[in-house]
Parts: sequence; C-alpha cells; structure tokens
Amino acid sequence: MFEETTPGRKSFFSLFNICAGIIVVIGLYITYLRFTGGLEAVTNLSDYNPWGIWIGFDLLVGVALAAGGYVTSAAVYIFGMKRYHSAVRPAILTGFLGYALVVLALHYDVGRPWRLPYPFIMQQGTTSVLFEVAACVALYLTVLFIEFSSAPLEWLGLKRARNIVVKLTMVLTILGVILSTMHQSSLGALFLIAPSKLHPLWYSPFIPVYFFITSIIAGLSMVIFESTLSYRFFKHKMDEVHLQEKNDIALGFGKAASFVLAGYFIIKIFGLSSGNNWHYLKTDYGTWYLVELLGFVALPSFLYAIGVRVKSLNLIKWTSVLAILGIILNRFNVCLIAFNWHLPSSERYFPHWMEIGISVFIVTLGLIAFRFIVTRMPILYEHPDYKDAH
Amino acid sequence: MDGVFYTLHDFMIHTENITYLLVIPALLGITVFWRLLAGKDDN
Repeated sequence: MFEETTPGRKSFFSLFNICAGIIVVIGLYITYLRFTGGLEAVTNLSDYNPWGIWIGFDLLVGVALAAGGYVTSAAVYIFGMKRYHSAVRPAILTGFLGYALVVLALHYDVGRPWRLPYPFIMQQGTTSVLFEVAACVALYLTVLFIEFSSAPLEWLGLKRARNIVVKLTMVLTILGVILSTMHQSSLGALFLIAPSKLHPLWYSPFIPVYFFITSIIAGLSMVIFESTLSYRFFKHKMDEVHLQEKNDIALGFGKAASFVLAGYFIIKIFGLSSGNNWHYLKTDYGTWYLVELLGFVALPSFLYAIGVRVKSLNLIKWTSVLAILGIILNRFNVCLIAFNWHLPSSERYFPHWMEIGISVFIVTLGLIAFRFIVTRMPILYEHPDYKDAH
Repeated sequence: MDGVFYTLHDFMIHTENITYLLVIPALLGITVFWRLLAGKDDN
C-alpha cells in the first residue's frame, strides 16, 4: 500500500495519523476493559459521584459544542441571513458528529448500555427530565442525520434522494431549533433536582436558561473556531464562495456571540441577586466563580466586541477559543467542581486516567470522521452539479 | 434586617428590590453595548 504512494501525495505516516492511531489503539484497549470489567475497572465513579467526565465533558460539553448546527441553520434558513450559507454544511456536520459521539459516549457511561432505548419502550417516563433529554437527543440526531445526508447523497450521485432531502430543509431546521431549545435547557434542568449538592453560586432556578443561552454562545464560537481550522487544514478544498464568506462569517458570528455573552453576563448577575448569594463571592468558590464569570464570559464578550469594531479576525478567532474554554469550564463547574462541594476532599471525584483516555479517544474518532468526510464530500465547496441550487 | 430573613416574604421583597434596581443599569448597559457593537453598521 505504502509503495504505491506517489511523490505528490502525502505519506500515510503523517503526524496526525500516527497520533490518532496511537490514541485509537489505547482507546480500543480501554473499551475492552470497560465492557469486560464494568465501570469499576476503568473509572473512579461512585455512589457519591455517579456522573464523571463522561457526562461532564462528553455529554454536557459535547451537546453544547454541537449547537452550531441549529444556530447556523436557524440564522440562514429562518432569519434569512443567506450570506452565511457556506457555514451551514460544516456546522451541520460538526453537529451531527458531535451528537453521534455523545450517544457513543453514553454507551460507555451507562452501566447497561443495551438498555438505552428503555425510556421509549419499557415505561412512559414522560414526567422525567432525563426522558425528555433522551427523546430530544434521539430525535435531533435523526434530524441532523437527514440534514447532513444531502452531502453524501450528492457525493454518491443520488440526485432524486438528494432533492427530496433538500426540500425538507425548512421543516428540519424548525424541528432542529425546537428540539435543541428543549434538550439544551433540559440538560441544565437535570440539576434542579440537586439544590443541596450543587454550590449555590452555580445552582439557580434559571439554570435551564443558562444552559440554553450558553449553547448559543458555544454554537456561534464553534462555527468561528471550526471555520478557522478548516481554512488552515482544508483550504485546498474550499471554493471561492467559502473563501469569500469566511471573513463575513467570523465578523457576523463574533458580533452575535459578543451580544449573547453580554446578555448571559447580565442574567447571571440577576441569578446572583435573586438567590441573594452575594456573600458566597468572598469564599474560595466565589473567587473561582468570578474567574468563570469575568474571565470566560465578560472578557470574551468584550474581546469579541473589540474584534468586530476594529475588524480584527485574529482577535475574533482567539476569542472563540476563550469562549469555548469558558463553556467547557462552566459545564465542569456545574457537573464536577461545584457538585458535591460539601463533601470532604477524600470523597471528591477525580477522573481515572482511563476515563480521560476514553474522552480523548472519542474526540479523536470525531476528528478522523470529520477529516474523512471533508476530504471526500461537498462540505467546504458546492458540488459542481448543484451550483446555484440554493 | 442585618441579613436575617424571618419569612419567605421578607426574603422575596429584599431580593426582588435589588434585582429590579439592577435591571435599570442592565438595560442601559446592554443598549449602549449594542450601539458600540453595531455602530459601524448603522453608519
């Protein structure tokens, strides 16, 4: 195989392939341990801490960062911002892969993963927030799959099927917005049941609203970040339209992210006020809370605004990284750091290295799938047969 | 009140009062921020 490599083609043994290969091998080994030895063999989970980083990172962060799909398609198809059209397919692809990997990660985290469909067939469970999350994620993954399928259908030359899918665009977009609004907020609502376990600075009756708004911030920032990476690594795959619209997307999404971050900052202050939690700000947890609120909410809002005002694309791109780190920090705080805050340190949760290994493995699978699709299917360019079809 | 609330009503009155006071600078602030953000577009 490798002897056939022509001088013009890149070697199979690139840095990415070597690193990804090592991570996949280690990930498969941990997967074997997990499914033969159970959760105890590879995790530090306990009755006190049943949700570790497989929920805190893979699920909560994964779902939030996959929000670019509904944010972008809503902006383009519902609000008519056609100038951002070239961002739709990459965003839908990122969203689809994100949700698919969230479901994959759940198979590791749920003790008996073959029971994942139980909420739908064994009991009604319609009063459960978790049921609502399960239903919405399952339905939204299906919606994303259909939305994304237009690209592989174009690639495979199945015109009739592709045209049917494209006709469904508006319906799918509306469904996507409804389902995302429901489950993004419901993920926050899961914590409403634990007011005594979650630190008062993070616990709030508004937590579903916080989760929903931060998903919009994550979606907008992820589109900017992903567009930057695509330009760096797949520039040769981009057509003229994508290259032209790239800067407009960064400026437009940066402006939206800045405004939403400012709004989020304000309602976080309202949350502090309505819970009368000001006195907690003097504690160690208060300092950490201020780091999150000022360093990862107020600061990116301000930097995005500056970037948009002076049209600095570099500043906007780096700010998107800061905003994404802020979302990750927020989910970690809610799910791990400020959760069970009253427990002594000996009872607190810290992830086993194999839990981190599985999370890295899953992210790597996402990167491999993204690269495979982007290098083959019309994601960053219009298929020649369907130019001006939008 | 010295930070002690004897009834839920006291607590609600106290927190709602402060929150409503905060709404005023918040609305003014977000308006100014939007003008700063979108100012160039308006021109």
